[in-house]
Amino acid sequence: MSLFFTLTIACYIASSLGYQAYVLFQKRPVYRIASILLWVGFLCHTSVIALQYFKTGHVPVQNLHETLSTFGWAVVGVFLILQIKFNLMVLGALVAPLATLSVIIASILPGPPVEIGPLFKSLWRTFHIGTLIVGNAAFAIAFLVGILYLIQEKAIKDKKRGFFFRRLPSLKLLDSMGYTCLIAGFPMLTFGIITGVIYAQMVRGRFWSWDPKEIFAVITWLVYAALLHERLAVGWQGRRAALMTIAGFVILLFTFFLRFLG
Amino acid sequence: MTEKRDIVIIGLNHKTAPVEIRERLAFPSEDTAKVLEAMRQETYVDEIILFSTCNRVEFLFTTQDMPKAVEAVKDFVAKFKKTPRDVFEQALYVYNGEEAVQHIFRVASSLDSMVVGEPQILGQIKEAYQEASNHRTCGVILNRLMHRSFSVAKRVRTETGIGGHAVSISYAAVELGRKIFDVLEGKAVLLIGAGEMAELAVEHLVTNRASPIFVANRTFERGLEIAERFKGTAIRFEEICDYLKQVDIVISSTGAPHYILVRDDFKGVMRARKNRPLFFIDIAVPRDIDPEINHIDNVYVYDIDDLKSAIQENIDERQREALRAERIVDEAVVMFLRWVQSLDVVPTIVALRDKIEEIRQAELKKTFASMASVSEESRAAIDRLTAALVKKILHDPTVFLKQSGHKDKKSLYIDITRKLFNLDAQNNRKPDMG
Repeated sequence: MSLFFTLTIACYIASSLGYQAYVLFQKRPVYRIASILLWVGFLCHTSVIALQYFKTGHVPVQNLHETLSTFGWAVVGVFLILQIKFNLMVLGALVAPLATLSVIIASILPGPPVEIGPLFKSLWRTFHIGTLIVGNAAFAIAFLVGILYLIQEKAIKDKKRGFFFRRLPSLKLLDSMGYTCLIAGFPMLTFGIITGVIYAQMVRGRFWSWDPKEIFAVITWLVYAALLHERLAVGWQGRRAALMTIAGFVILLFTFFLRFLG
Repeated sequence: MTEKRDIVIIGLNHKTAPVEIRERLAFPSEDTAKVLEAMRQETYVDEIILFSTCNRVEFLFTTQDMPKAVEAVKDFVAKFKKTPRDVFEQALYVYNGEEAVQHIFRVASSLDSMVVGEPQILGQIKEAYQEASNHRTCGVILNRLMHRSFSVAKRVRTETGIGGHAVSISYAAVELGRKIFDVLEGKAVLLIGAGEMAELAVEHLVTNRASPIFVANRTFERGLEIAERFKGTAIRFEEICDYLKQVDIVISSTGAPHYILVRDDFKGVMRARKNRPLFFIDIAVPRDIDPEINHIDNVYVYDIDDLKSAIQENIDERQREALRAERIVDEAVVMFLRWVQSLDVVPTIVALRDKIEEIRQAELKKTFASMASVSEESRAAIDRLTAALVKKILHDPTVFLKQSGHKDKKSLYIDITRKLFNLDAQNNRKPDMG
């Protein structure tokens, strides 16, 4: 494990703790420290991925170790970009631990040697998995935002103005943030699946082979497509949209692991 | 016959009774007249005022026989509201004398309010007093008590920071609105009914740039009037359901005895409004909005009790200021009770006799000093003459004051007597505050 990767994990852990402390004590300086730590961790992480890329000539998404690490990186990246628009401070308390968890699992997993295929094929593969990972990161954040939405919604419905009510932002903000994640993630997912199909054609000589991971990928796509359609056409929002976002991510997660474990 | 006239308050409020009971016992303004007229006929009750707001129902009265009067009031409420006594008896509190005076001062000063320091209660009490005055159920004691409570409330407001922090129903509404809509700018508001509290809430929303404003009132003209104030649009009461499709915040405050919106009214509404959230603020007691509606997705219904918890935090701040206010109240209570005690018959008669006797002695002394030659016998005769004169003059007033019978006028006569003869001038130089 490289020094930078260790540094990344350390920063993510510290940042996670910082965000938790911010949620608890609501002190702005604590938030700033946590935020800076996340940025530092993200830059370290970026350099790890860049180094790997220059070493192997591939975006490191060839095995579960690399993919999880890249996923964690993408989650943090998407979160940091979203923060510019939404500045949803408490979300860090969920995102940072998620990123931490994925890099820690990645660090435990062995990184088996990567067989390098013909460049053209691996380029498609890189595109395929790369876009899927960024899309998944967006969906992961949509999922976390959905959880926050449900918590806040319940607080308002049940008229319990407690811990979360005061700390969480408005339903409107959570809802539109979830929506933004969704419209960012969906094209990525679509593109990832299309490139996957093309890649399958190149490797196996056929586009579609009815294997479970393909089927689940399509199911995931359908769930998100349905959600997006409902949102756009009927104006679905709020609790049901949040529930469906959460359900979508669970299926997505299943598909994700199916790819590596199945 | 007992001379003692007691000030009694019997009632329930938001602390002792849940909204279900309060809405059952609340007296809408059109009933107040009936209640006051009925209570005027009541043997044991002398003067009386009825307070009925969303948070409290209280009878303030004077009586010579407190236990019987309390029973009479309870029976009356049970009968009038067709509600068995055991439903509300648990929630009732009864105060008399010092406690009652303190209670009414605290209520007027908004120390007993759900939102401590909220300014509306004083207006409501003034209205209740006005109503009682119109029906002549207030006598000298309650008149004085009410005027005192107004001045106490004013002192509390100006000398403490009790009204300083912005906590009120309207504040809570805005805060909750922000938690739902993030910004209130451009959110359409519908006001159903009228009422000070509801209109304040609308005003607060308007300052937060909510717009447009719609007003629905049973009487369209009244709706127009209110709508004009907010530069809004008046709509017909029957149109409410249509407008649910386009408004975002509904503030309801009607005197309707039943729900004006139930779950069935929402068929197709959420679909038509593309599931945009809808926020109901139900200030009315009895409630206007069926609580079931809160179960619809993206619809949030807050009634007056829910708002209670919504403002809890800021209340703590006011609580500290309230301690200072309590001192002002206690001071006023002592002053008031001193005055009430002076209204007893016996001390008044004694004071009256003492005063006249004092005058007689002073005049005798003056007279005798200027006529040194007068015999002892003549002096005794003059002394007897003046004594008899005083006795004869005081006989009728004394009998009159001692007479039982004129039940609610007695305090008035005593008060007049004391003023007529300036009986309070020596012992109580400071006219009791205000």
